[in-house]
Amino acid sequence: MPFNRYGAGIARGMLMTLKHVFRQPITTQYPEWRLNNSKRIRGFELVWVPVKCTGCTTCAKACPQGNIEIVTSRGEDNSYAVDKFEVDIGRCKSCGLCVESCPFEALFMSRNYELAQYQRRKLVQGKEEVRMSDKKQPSAYCKPWLEASMPAQSLLVNGERRGR
Amino acid sequence: MPWNWFDRPLPADWPGGYWWHLLVFAVFIVGLTLTMVMIFIYLERRGVARFQIRPGPNRCGPFGIMQPMADAIKVLFKEDIVPDKADGVLHWLAPVVAFFPALLILAVVPFHNGAALVDLDIGILYVIAVSSISTLGVVMAGWSSNNKYSLIAAIRAIAQTVSYELPMVLSIIGVIVLTGSLSLNDIVARQSVPFIFFQPLGFLIFLIGLMAEMNRSPFDLMEAESEIVAGFHTEYSSMKQALFYLAEYAHAFGGAAIISTLFLGGWKGPILPPLVWLLLKTVLVFAIMFWARATLPRVRIDQFMGFLWKGLLPLALINLFFTAAEVLVWPDGLPLALIPINFVAAGFLIVVWSGLIKFGGGRVAVQ
Repeated sequence: MPFNRYGAGIARGMLMTLKHVFRQPITTQYPEWRLNNSKRIRGFELVWVPVKCTGCTTCAKACPQGNIEIVTSRGEDNSYAVDKFEVDIGRCKSCGLCVESCPFEALFMSRNYELAQYQRRKLVQGKEEVRMSDKKQPSAYCKPWLEASMPAQSLLVNGERRGR
Repeated sequence: MPWNWFDRPLPADWPGGYWWHLLVFAVFIVGLTLTMVMIFIYLERRGVARFQIRPGPNRCGPFGIMQPMADAIKVLFKEDIVPDKADGVLHWLAPVVAFFPALLILAVVPFHNGAALVDLDIGILYVIAVSSISTLGVVMAGWSSNNKYSLIAAIRAIAQTVSYELPMVLSIIGVIVLTGSLSLNDIVARQSVPFIFFQPLGFLIFLIGLMAEMNRSPFDLMEAESEIVAGFHTEYSSMKQALFYLAEYAHAFGGAAIISTLFLGGWKGPILPPLVWLLLKTVLVFAIMFWARATLPRVRIDQFMGFLWKGLLPLALINLFFTAAEVLVWPDGLPLALIPINFVAAGFLIVVWSGLIKFGGGRVAVQ
């Protein structure tokens, strides 16, 4: 541009920011609006599948915090019945070693990331809270077969950006 | 009732006797300043956010209008820290000295025809004299903090003051030549057409000088975060810091009121009351300022000095010469046909002069 040295750059910059005023703000207003997360997100919680669990306590031994508490008893046809499966999410550092160590693919990392509670004791998840449910879906962390079934990686900016 | 019934002048001692006048206007000015500071902070945060495609603070109260209140309360409850080897008295006095000139400026700004705290005959001279006192506050803060960054900021503040005052005052003289009066009320009363049309270049120079005076970005060299931490208020916290913040915005309000009075017709305007017109124009000028703040990067100190001394000062002189010549030819008021000529001349001068400025060791052309 011939007038670049004569203040035209300033004028163009000012026009540029003026155009921004009429654009939708990019910020997502978090609690009301949410980004559509990728299905491949690796969350912070454990997801336990009781059907597959044999109660071998490999995960409890693998946990560096000693955070998983499993109590078993003798069930039918001589297998373990899991009476207690307790994880303190407040102490869990989400390292995923338990998921990696599980020989029967009964443990997964979930896709959840909003784990805040008002009371510390509510962070302790018992058998019913840890198990897989509609709200707790397993992520594909350390599970290649699950990853293959997930939709391809979607960039957040390209997809549907927000919902109420 | 004529449409411009608001233009009737108020008597000089409007609400009653001498003391009543002083009391009413003093309370009004302090209240207006504090209110406008709140409004300005809110407007700037929301406005700058919109220029940057953000929503800005919108949680505190409806549309976030309580955000300045929340910030103020937060700041007031913070711990007041004074550095160990600081000069205690100066450190305490500096925010006050930085703040009160902003209130003093507003003493002569007419909010209505003839409605100012005092309608000084030398109003604009008084404004120039008083508004540079706030630099003293900055220098005191920088000196007393016992901090190298604060001291650098103080030195920069002095250098900056010396630089911007000259072109600013020269551009004001252009207006004074047009009106033949230093009283702000007279200046407004004689603006049948706002002087920005007869003084486009003067308006620009004054605006830039004002932005430098209020040390707002792109000229906020004395609080340049990238270079000298927070500049002169590095060592300030709590209420003193809040007072500096207040001073910045109060100064912005005062400066915007002055520029609306000088160039935009002050309280004049149809239909709406004069006070509303003045505040609208003030907000408009402030909007231009935070627009520039949201857009332009900070200049370097040598670029700043070079720009003001080699760029604005000669331009202001030429502008003054140009205006004086016009007034000599048409002593009974300038014809409206001069307005486009003025704008063309301003653009021509800007282009020619920006080609002539050289910074530092000369311009290096970068393709």
